[in-house]
Amino acid sequence: MSALPVFGKAGRQALLTPVLTNNPIGIQVLGICSALAITTRMDKALVMTAGVVLVTTLANIAVSLVRNRTPGSIRIIVQLSIIASLVIVFDQVLKAYLYELSLELSVFVGLIITNCIVMGRAEGFAMQNPPLLSALDGIGNGLGYGLVLMLTAFLREFLGAGKVFGFVVLPLAKDGGWYVPNGLMLIAPSGLFIIAGLIWLLKTVKPELQDKD
Amino acid sequence: MAKLDSPRYTIAFATAVCVVCALMVSVAAVSLQPRQKANARLYMEKNVLLAAGLVKPGQPVTVRDVEGFFEKDIQARLVDFATGELVPEGKIDARAYDQRAARADPAASHPAPPNTAGIGRMPNYGIVYFVKQGGEVRQVVIAVEGLGMWGTIYGFLSLDRDGSTVRGLTYYDQRETPGLGGEIANPAWQALWLGRHAYDAQGHAAIRVIKGQAGPPDKDPLHVDGLSGATVTSNAVTRLMQYWLSDDGYGKFLRRFREKGVA
Repeated sequence: MSALPVFGKAGRQALLTPVLTNNPIGIQVLGICSALAITTRMDKALVMTAGVVLVTTLANIAVSLVRNRTPGSIRIIVQLSIIASLVIVFDQVLKAYLYELSLELSVFVGLIITNCIVMGRAEGFAMQNPPLLSALDGIGNGLGYGLVLMLTAFLREFLGAGKVFGFVVLPLAKDGGWYVPNGLMLIAPSGLFIIAGLIWLLKTVKPELQDKD
Repeated sequence: MAKLDSPRYTIAFATAVCVVCALMVSVAAVSLQPRQKANARLYMEKNVLLAAGLVKPGQPVTVRDVEGFFEKDIQARLVDFATGELVPEGKIDARAYDQRAARADPAASHPAPPNTAGIGRMPNYGIVYFVKQGGEVRQVVIAVEGLGMWGTIYGFLSLDRDGSTVRGLTYYDQRETPGLGGEIANPAWQALWLGRHAYDAQGHAAIRVIKGQAGPPDKDPLHVDGLSGATVTSNAVTRLMQYWLSDDGYGKFLRRFREKGVA
């Protein structure tokens, strides 16, 4: 109860459920494509997380602010315009401040626009809820996506290159150390194995999340 | 308030959203542009250092490092493509010279001769970087570009004092398919070029990317391993390399350089 006294129960729920119980990648299976591509290094994953948190949060706020004035017939395209503009701004900021990382990420930053998490939360949550609550939902979903991203990136960078955030943890055999890196970790299939493993783990720990058929 | 679904209101709302979004994007793009340009320039010069082997791939390089190298070890000069001679130093500041802008400027360029590298216009002058070691010029870096699969590929090629042996290669701006053609930006593939020869015994620009694997540089000096799944990009690299090494590009200059040195 004391964790977030500022927000009511609804706020806490909006913020926290998407991080674990209703994780966008784990349960909603959204945003897998980018998760496979940018998790070879933790710094890439962190920047991507920051981007998605920022975009989902601001897009949710903006969509929520105009939700009572948006004509139903054009609501999807309105959401898309807002999201696309935010992503372009984020891409411009990256190019101005983290240029070399932006070169590696730029393809995937553009893909935030089509990342189903952003659009899904705007349409599914922000259209029905007030701005503050929508902001929390945006942060929560961004963080839920980021959590899976960072975990995957940690495993891939650690096992694939012997590094964490670019710092050498396991000295590589080719540089005079002892660790022979697992090359599989640096290519896309390993990302799927890890993410699939995380999904399986999540659903085993919380059996109520399993699909009933 | 008008009804939410009336056509007039819908159009007005859509217009308002567009104006606000456009404003946001333009403000960001315009206000951040100077920083982005400075970054792009720094990145380009860093790639000159990479091609020259003065820094290693992945090594962080600051503006100060670049300035340090350009003060001491690297001299930027311009070459007149028509004659192959160096442009006198006082005429244009070579480091500030923007070859891409020159190519688009009718006063500083001319239509390119027919070629397969996808080059439409040729700038009158091209940049070269002399790389010194112990006061003596040991390498020369030239700028190469050409049409790839999805866009123009820009890079630098560093040649030895003999004007033919490859000492380094980078591609700093390319839009090839990530994982396939995009592998031309992979330092591991670029390292395969080292020690190979740009020109054959008759002096023709002959280095090319082949299908499959090439032999070691001393036995098979004119071929480089192809990139599997990226035939279009591999061929594009061959064409753009051969174009800039030919007499339409830096060929005349490189012949002079081989025979007479920097003078």
